[in-house]
Amino acid sequence: MTASALPLILDRSAPGGSGSSASGSGAASPRRSGARRGGLAQRLLGTKVADALAGPHDVDHYLELLQPTWAVRRIRGEIVAVRHQNTDSVTLTLRPTGTWPGFRAGQHVEISVDVDGVRHRRSYSPSASAHPRTKEIELTVRRHPEGVVSRYLKEHATPGMFVGLSVPRGEDFVLPDPRPSRIVLISGGSGITPVLSMLRTLTDEGHDGPIAFLHYARSAADVLYAGDLERIAAAHPNVAVHVVTTRDAGPSATDAPFTDPADAPLAGSPDAPTPGPAAGARARLTGRFGREHLARVLPADADAAAFVCGPGALVEAVRSLWADEGLATPLRFEHFAPPVLPDLDPGQLGTVTFAGSGIAAEADGSTLLEQAEAAGLSPVNGCRMGICLTCKCTLNSGVVRDTLSGEIGGTPGEEIRICVSAPVGDVSVAL
Amino acid sequence: MSTPTATPTHSDDEFKAVPKSDRPLSPKAPDRESRPAGGSTRATASTDVAVAAPGGDTSKTPGPLHAVPHMSQDMLDAFGREMEAIRKKHLADRGERDATYIRSVIKAQRRLEIGGRALLEFAWVPPFWLAGVAALSASKILDNMEIGHNVMHGQYDWMQDDELNGRTFEWDTACPADQWRHSHNYMHHTHTNIVGKDRDIGYGILRMSPDQPWEPYFLGNLGYVSALALLFEYGVAVHDLETEELRTGTWDVRERLPMLKAIWDKVKGQALKDYVLFPLLAGPGAPATLTANVTANIVRNLWTFSIIFCGHFPDGVEEFTEEETADETRGGWYVRQLLGSANLTGGKLFHVMSGNLSFQIEHHLFPDIPAHRYAEISVDVKEACERYGLDYHSGPLPYQLFTVFRKIARLSVPTAAELQDYVDAPRTGRVGKVAVGVARTAAAGAKGAAGLIAGAVSSRRSTAAA
Repeated sequence: MTASALPLILDRSAPGGSGSSASGSGAASPRRSGARRGGLAQRLLGTKVADALAGPHDVDHYLELLQPTWAVRRIRGEIVAVRHQNTDSVTLTLRPTGTWPGFRAGQHVEISVDVDGVRHRRSYSPSASAHPRTKEIELTVRRHPEGVVSRYLKEHATPGMFVGLSVPRGEDFVLPDPRPSRIVLISGGSGITPVLSMLRTLTDEGHDGPIAFLHYARSAADVLYAGDLERIAAAHPNVAVHVVTTRDAGPSATDAPFTDPADAPLAGSPDAPTPGPAAGARARLTGRFGREHLARVLPADADAAAFVCGPGALVEAVRSLWADEGLATPLRFEHFAPPVLPDLDPGQLGTVTFAGSGIAAEADGSTLLEQAEAAGLSPVNGCRMGICLTCKCTLNSGVVRDTLSGEIGGTPGEEIRICVSAPVGDVSVAL
Repeated sequence: MSTPTATPTHSDDEFKAVPKSDRPLSPKAPDRESRPAGGSTRATASTDVAVAAPGGDTSKTPGPLHAVPHMSQDMLDAFGREMEAIRKKHLADRGERDATYIRSVIKAQRRLEIGGRALLEFAWVPPFWLAGVAALSASKILDNMEIGHNVMHGQYDWMQDDELNGRTFEWDTACPADQWRHSHNYMHHTHTNIVGKDRDIGYGILRMSPDQPWEPYFLGNLGYVSALALLFEYGVAVHDLETEELRTGTWDVRERLPMLKAIWDKVKGQALKDYVLFPLLAGPGAPATLTANVTANIVRNLWTFSIIFCGHFPDGVEEFTEEETADETRGGWYVRQLLGSANLTGGKLFHVMSGNLSFQIEHHLFPDIPAHRYAEISVDVKEACERYGLDYHSGPLPYQLFTVFRKIARLSVPTAAELQDYVDAPRTGRVGKVAVGVARTAAAGAKGAAGLIAGAVSSRRSTAAA
């Protein structure tokens, strides 16, 4: 997961909040059909002749102006609904162009948003059902105090805006085919989005095996999709939802309205868990993830699959318990946390990795171009003074200092002029 | 960056006075060919400083640029630091304003193009032909200049928009963008107006500077330039092929096959679109659409040629030698960019349609700053020029263009000394010497007609070669 801000992506249910997202998208699909891939006009625009006519630019270059809901190669999404679940997050419903290939529950998608002229890209996991019936993409973005994109979306997202979309990514954290009968979904905080997508997908598919959904949040107010979880649990007797708040002091606070109803069907269902040592079958789970919680959601270690997504501490707790218990159930996990950028001194030297040629060298304070040459590489270059751009190459990781301005910057994937960029700390470039 | 050239190793002590204060500035890079392998710093650097330092007051030592004898190396570098400060200020300020500007230009260009193409499907109706040509020409001019040229300088790379990426942008003209990035961004912008290094001086086919030795071929100067203006997009397309080597017989076609292939692919695509597909779409109106598209391309060629030739060739603009720029510092580089460029005066629309290359001086000083800022930058630059006693060249387009053509005409004919140099040159064969004798008696009027023909033939040949 490459998300750098903390936004979550949620699936969107119908505005009225009734049940799964299927009803909302079903109502919308006739309106959208004109823009789908099948249209004759769009098929014509995807031909080689159209490319030749539009050359040297591409057809999408013009469509963006004339008919932004159409695309022949690029993927865009129009924001069709904006919902503020709480003061810290925003839930967006996107209607993608016909070029959107659909996704598998658990995957993430990169959205691009222009903020103050700069295009920012962030990955979020859609939280809606991945069932083909669901045509729209729902993302929940949690506002991060320093998150450029998350703050922008929270404050400025309005219906009618377009964002760029990538193809869905991530092949590991997805529901396996065929589905195991027993599925355990564990999430913490904003990590709820991909596993909620799994839950919704399973219920849309009519999955009839037991599904346990265990979610951790700091407080009741922090719990996203509380209502949606409640409704899903109410409508599907095979789904048991446990929401655990880790910071609320008293039981009254933990007694968030959704918690009891969510637990109720579980206790009454045939899959009722074995009672824990200190609590009855109906007891709510409290505290942090541990053996007791696991026993409630995974009473039998066979024909099952487990997924965990959330902050590093939760993921590590789950993984180490899995290892301690020697569980046979496959566990898939995904970290959901912003990358931690080390605070670097401008003069700090580290290791420079030339990823394309597999060479690593200790930084000596000179520019990346000079270091590459010293390491025996011959990167293409021109003016060696930062004006001709011949030497630009992709920064894989780390940050660099602009030797002209002294500024430190660089984000992974950015193209930098290596003749005027000196590495700060560990840096990897695609050379 | 280490500072390999801050302390030039120069045999002449007078030119060696590069003060330590210049060291933080990035040095002018050594040339690709002359750079020692590995790009290592010079081992002698520190001793040179030691030698230069006892000179004491370096401010009275003349700097290396003959055009500004009053500028010591210290002054050059101080000027450079002021320019660097302007650059930093605008780099730090880039944001929404620039994005909104370039996106609105792109939007205008797309509208003009779509509108123009639509009108030209009915080009057999004369008013549509005229309006369509106007819209399509304007679209191509915007695409090539304010969008293409500036985007390819990386002015909008900071926006992180793939469509505005200077390294991958492709434009609506015959020249493949990759070759332009080499011939223009590197060759021309690094070696601006250094005779022998900046191939934009005369584009390899014209005599634009008295420092280029005269030869009879240049009698056709006016003819070549007229052909170049009409077919400018093809001239630009073959520019990076260095076809001037054809005349000296050192041109190697095999080594340039990949470039020729790229040019051919680009030219083919452009011709297919403008001269085949869009006319065919017009059905029976095809001939009118074809003539309109040809006209639009020519209008664009003439306009871009005029703007570009007025950037470096009007009267008063300085040229430089390889010697005086051999150990150039960043400060010297800035002064050379200033003295080697000339602005055009005009209104806001004129500046937009020239891609703000009407601010050629500011463009050469700050090639990677969004060009729509050049107007406000020019105020600061002019003010600095006054303080440093530097010439700031500018004038209206018609007059500047007139001086360019006057220069081209003058340089086609040798002065007596130049003619003698030519006759004395060891490379001049007997035929040449006899021809000079004949030419000395022949009327100079013949040159225009001969030149036109030669120009047409030579450009056709180079297009065919492409």
